[in-house]
Amino acid sequence: MTSKANTKQYDVIIVGSGAAGGQTAYTLSMEGVKVLMLEAGRKYVPEQETPMFQTADQAPLRGASSPEKDFGFYDATIDGGWTVPGEPYVQSTSDPKGRFTWWRSRMLGGRTNHWGRISLRNGPYDFKPHARDGLGMDWPISYDDMAPYYDKVERLIGVYGTSEGLENTPNSSPGCLLPPPAPLVSDYLVQQRARRLGIPIVPGHRAVLTQQLDFKRSPALLHPGNLKAQKIIAEHMQQRSACIWATDCGRGCSIRANYQSTTVHLPPAVATGNLDIVTDAMVSEVVLGRNGAAKGVKYIDKHSGAERQATARVVVLAASACETARILLNSKSALFPNGLANSSGKVGRYIMDTVGSSLSGQIPLLESLPPLNEDGASGHAFYAPWWGYQDQQKGKLNFARGYHIEFGGGRRMPGAGTLHGLEHFTGGSYGKKLKEDARRYYGSFVGFDGRGEMIPNENSYCEIDPKVKDKWGIPALRFHWKWSEHETRQAAHMQKTFADIVDAMGGRVIGKVRTDGSEAIAPGGFIIHEVGGAIMGADRQTSVTNQWCQTWDVKNLFVTDGAVFASNADKNPTLTIMAVAWRAAEHIADKMKRKEL
Amino acid sequence: MTDRRTTIKWMLAAAASMPLLNQRSWSQEVTVLPAYRGYGTDPDLTKLYRPGDVWPLTLSQAQRRTAAALCNVILPEDGRSPNAESLGVVDFIDEWVSAPYPRQTADRPIVLEGLAWMDAEALLRFEKYFAELDQSKQHAICDDICYEPNAQPKFARAAAFFTRYRDLTVGGFYSTPAGSKDLGYIGNVPLPKFEGAPPELLRKLGLGPEST
Repeated sequence: MTSKANTKQYDVIIVGSGAAGGQTAYTLSMEGVKVLMLEAGRKYVPEQETPMFQTADQAPLRGASSPEKDFGFYDATIDGGWTVPGEPYVQSTSDPKGRFTWWRSRMLGGRTNHWGRISLRNGPYDFKPHARDGLGMDWPISYDDMAPYYDKVERLIGVYGTSEGLENTPNSSPGCLLPPPAPLVSDYLVQQRARRLGIPIVPGHRAVLTQQLDFKRSPALLHPGNLKAQKIIAEHMQQRSACIWATDCGRGCSIRANYQSTTVHLPPAVATGNLDIVTDAMVSEVVLGRNGAAKGVKYIDKHSGAERQATARVVVLAASACETARILLNSKSALFPNGLANSSGKVGRYIMDTVGSSLSGQIPLLESLPPLNEDGASGHAFYAPWWGYQDQQKGKLNFARGYHIEFGGGRRMPGAGTLHGLEHFTGGSYGKKLKEDARRYYGSFVGFDGRGEMIPNENSYCEIDPKVKDKWGIPALRFHWKWSEHETRQAAHMQKTFADIVDAMGGRVIGKVRTDGSEAIAPGGFIIHEVGGAIMGADRQTSVTNQWCQTWDVKNLFVTDGAVFASNADKNPTLTIMAVAWRAAEHIADKMKRKEL
Repeated sequence: MTDRRTTIKWMLAAAASMPLLNQRSWSQEVTVLPAYRGYGTDPDLTKLYRPGDVWPLTLSQAQRRTAAALCNVILPEDGRSPNAESLGVVDFIDEWVSAPYPRQTADRPIVLEGLAWMDAEALLRFEKYFAELDQSKQHAICDDICYEPNAQPKFARAAAFFTRYRDLTVGGFYSTPAGSKDLGYIGNVPLPKFEGAPPELLRKLGLGPEST
């Protein structure tokens, strides 16, 4: 593809192939725009490479995690994780609380291959948080602007869930959501007991096909008037199988039953004939023309190490929030000595992650259950959306923003860590007694994870390190990180809530309930929901892009990934990344047709 | 074997002049692992791996013998499943302590020193290696170290080893198909439909869509 890519004329270059790059490429190529996608990692074919039914004993170390596979051997991450060989990043401080860890994935489809598939919509408050409580920043768009794009993304990728009409937890339009999977025994128990505490437990939303997509109705709704696009997507919807209720989604899915860019966005986009993909292409900077417009990008061909250039009318960065900020900051010119599109000084600023805290419990009611197949849709049949909006409005809580609870129990496939620490319950049994205890306790554990909103602050950002470069010679990022009390207090609240739920289930908390929020909170970057770094806004003085993801400074340069997020609601960012990217790509296609780009 | 017996005699002699084998390092047999490579950041995930395929196994025959005896004491054969050794747990533990990653290299001295301690203690008490003892004598030693909160101070280190070794044995055992089956795990098979919890079970537990 490389030779073709270098001679062909493209309308748009997209840097990155994950949720943002995939969605941008899909929308543009369906609209007839000629697209070149550059991906820093290797080609990846889930149909051939996914370890669908492999068991732990067929993997080194029974599949346990290692620094080379941070989420375990079978995790669908290639050449990635918390560290990437030859691609360092720098911490500004040795204080562990000021650290930000950066997960990357160098493969086609990026992190969409392994993610949790949790797909929650931001609500009306989430786009206008400053208007509601005076903190952080508002987006230049509202939920009403975004609702049609959430509908489209759900219809396209396939998301299960229900519309419950809960506060700031939007309903989907009829026909958008697939039916939720059947809950596990532990799900029902959490639901029953948490509800007694006033915590709502409703079906979760995940990008997993609980049934085949509606290939008859949806294509016309997704691409009105575009018969070619309708035909292509109808074919691809039929090629995707429904879930077979086995094997962990984190391994990826060879039958295309869940969303990953490589199985959902890219195949139909390639089928249009309008998308070329070059892998192992590490973009270093955006090249600016003499007219002040983006001309293209420079990239390293990782096979030869040679530097190459690609040109197009429009450049879209979708490399993931921090990588996008890095490319902009490394694109220095006489016109932009502090980095491209950075006249506001806001590139790299307001990096946000999700507040995370976890606690688990052992639940006697779940002991010694009969054998049950509880693989299901690999978790998240239920969740608890944030229930404290009114209390916060009345000043009853000491933190400003909400969190949702993800939880899971069940008789999951055993791995290297199964039943570790059992002596806390058995008093140290071994021998035949240990075998009896193992049967009794297996499946009796339930874990709770809080996922909460972080408010952007001036102390959490990335910049270019003056010295450190990666193995391609590209200057590396240096991170600065600080949680505010809104986040640490929220983490402490999570701990107390989880302990209350475990107690209400008649269970015992495992380990310690951490009442000090700064101890309870997961380190920055740990939840892998980093967004910000090129935020969108209504004012070019205080933001990097406008509402269309178009940089204020360079008309033909767009950012369609999480970098544009002006806030990071408790809702996991991926669905919103796709909805924002779809809207921006539609705008780009429209402007190109009018010759305004 | 003579060398090993000599070593253990040396250890016992040394122990006589020390608080019983409770020093920072128990054994001179703990060797630094050669700098083997791991499986890298892009291993073939669909291949079937066995312990020793990616990095060499490093336990000696004597260490493996003690390792097998101890993991079989921890998870012996019963009517539902075989003993730990039969499910490849010794190979797994050997693979684990031979692995070139930080978590495993941290476990290596704990496990190797602990196995040496098991033999030294067996020789001290019963004048036989741990693997040669009958079950009641093996249990006599294990009973002293099987639960850290109850262990006498002189057994603190051995008890910490036992906790780690039990976890490795349990993880290695139940992550096999036969071990999973013993637990009643019946998943990892494709299903046309997923029904979730059976209604009769939910009724029995007082749970379900309508329960409050």
